[in-house]
Amino acid sequence: MTETRRLVTPLTDADCAALEVGDMVLLSGVVFTARDTAHSRLRESLIRGEAPPFDLNGAVIFYAGPAPAPPGRVIGAIGPTTSYRMDPFAPLLMERGLKGMIGKGKRSPEVIAAMARHRAVYFGAIGGVAALTSRCVRKAAVVAYEDLGPEAILRLELAELPVVVVNDIRGGDLYDLARKERLHSER
Amino acid sequence: MNPVRNVEAPRITVKVREMFLQANICLDDDVEEALRRARDGEETETGRLVLERILENAAVAREERLPICQDTGLAVVFVELGQDVRVVGGALRDAIEEGVRQAYREGCFRQSVCDPLSRVNTGDNTPAVIHLEVVPGDALRLAVMPKGGGSENMSAVTMLLPTAGRDGIRDHVVETVLRAGPNPCPPVIVGVGIGGAMEEAALLAKRSLLRPLGEKSPDGRLALLEAEILTEINRRGGGPQGFGGNASALAVHVEMKPCHIACLPVAVNIQCHAARHHVAEI
Repeated sequence: MTETRRLVTPLTDADCAALEVGDMVLLSGVVFTARDTAHSRLRESLIRGEAPPFDLNGAVIFYAGPAPAPPGRVIGAIGPTTSYRMDPFAPLLMERGLKGMIGKGKRSPEVIAAMARHRAVYFGAIGGVAALTSRCVRKAAVVAYEDLGPEAILRLELAELPVVVVNDIRGGDLYDLARKERLHSER
Repeated sequence: MNPVRNVEAPRITVKVREMFLQANICLDDDVEEALRRARDGEETETGRLVLERILENAAVAREERLPICQDTGLAVVFVELGQDVRVVGGALRDAIEEGVRQAYREGCFRQSVCDPLSRVNTGDNTPAVIHLEVVPGDALRLAVMPKGGGSENMSAVTMLLPTAGRDGIRDHVVETVLRAGPNPCPPVIVGVGIGGAMEEAALLAKRSLLRPLGEKSPDGRLALLEAEILTEINRRGGGPQGFGGNASALAVHVEMKPCHIACLPVAVNIQCHAARHHVAEI
C-alpha cells in the first residue's frame, strides 16, 4: 500500500498513468453499473454501430447489481461482483474510451494487456460490505436496460468509495504481488 | 404407533420468512467471532483494514436493517422432517417458497434467480433450493443459507482416482481454493464433501457449511485433514480479498461418506466471508 489518493471521474490518461498497483483511492463522481447481460447488450449495440447508452469517454464501470433501495434511501445494499465474467467484453469497451473498472477478483491476461494499451485501470472494492458501500452512493438512476431489473445500467454518483488499484497501466497485478510477498515472508 | 403431530403450513412460511430476514441482515456470532480472531491474528496492515471494514459492515447492516451483502443469494433450505410430522393446510414446498418470497420482498433483498437460458429474472427469488430429509421423531428442523453466486462459481465436484489417497485429496482441495484466489471474497470458509456418489459429495460439502465455524470434525482423521488444508491455504493464499495477508480462509469443514470402490468423489463448496445461515426448529 503506497499512498491514498482522491480521484474524481471521468478519468483522464494522466489520472490513470499516475496510479500504481496497491494505491488506495477514494473515488468520487459518476460511475455506471453493468454486469453480465448488460455487457453482452453493450457489445451488441457497439458492434451494430449504435451509440452506447452513456458516454464511454473517461467512464468508469462498477461491476455491481444493487439490492432494491429501502424507503427513504438512495440505494440498497451494493458491492462489487466477480469481474472475470466481464473479461470477454472489457477490451472493446476500453477501445471505446472506458478508463476504469471497479470489481473484485482476477482479470485475464488479455484484459490486463488491454489496460496497458488503452491506459485504463482496474480497481478492487471490498466484496461483502454492501451496507457500508451503500453509504458512498449519493444518487442513483436507471439509464438503460431497465427490463434487466437488478442488472440494469445505473448512473451512480459516488462520494469517496474506498478502492485499491489491482491492475495499473504497466501490467502490474496486486493479487500476484500479494501471493509472492506472502511466500517471500516465510523465508 | 407414535402420535402424529400436525404442523400448519402457514407456520412454516412465517418461520422461513423470519429466518431469511435474520440470516441476510445479522451475521451469526460464530462467523463474527472468527472474523475478529482473523483480524487479531492478521499480519499485514492491508489485511487488518479489510477485516476491520468487514466487521464494521456487519454492525452497520444489523443497525440499519440492511443486507450484509447485495448478493442475497439463492435461497438454500435444508429440511429435516420428522416422520411423525404431518404438514397440514398446504404443501411443504409451497410454504417454504412463500416464506422466501416474503423475506426477499420485505427485506429489500436482491432478486437473484433467473431462467438459465433466457436469463429472465423470476422476480421473487424463487424457486428455492430445498434439500429434504425424513428423520425419526416429530420435530421439523430448518436451516437456511442464502448462497452467493461468486463463491458458488469457484466451487467444484471432481472425481479423483481412488488411489489419490488423503494427501491427494488435501492437495486437490488446497489447489482448488488457491486457484479461486480473490474471486470468492476471502477470507473464505471451505466446505469439503468426500465420498458418496457425485451428487452426494456436493451435498456433503454444502451441508458442512452449516457446521458452527471452528468446530472440528468428530472424526480425528478428518479433523487433521481440516487443519492441514487450512494451514496450507493460509500459508500460500493472498489474504483478505487477495490484497495481501495471512487470513485467506477462516475454516475448513470436511464431511465424509463411503463411496464406490472405483471412485473418489471430492466436492469443494466455497463460502464467502459473509457466511450467512440460520437454524430453527418448529
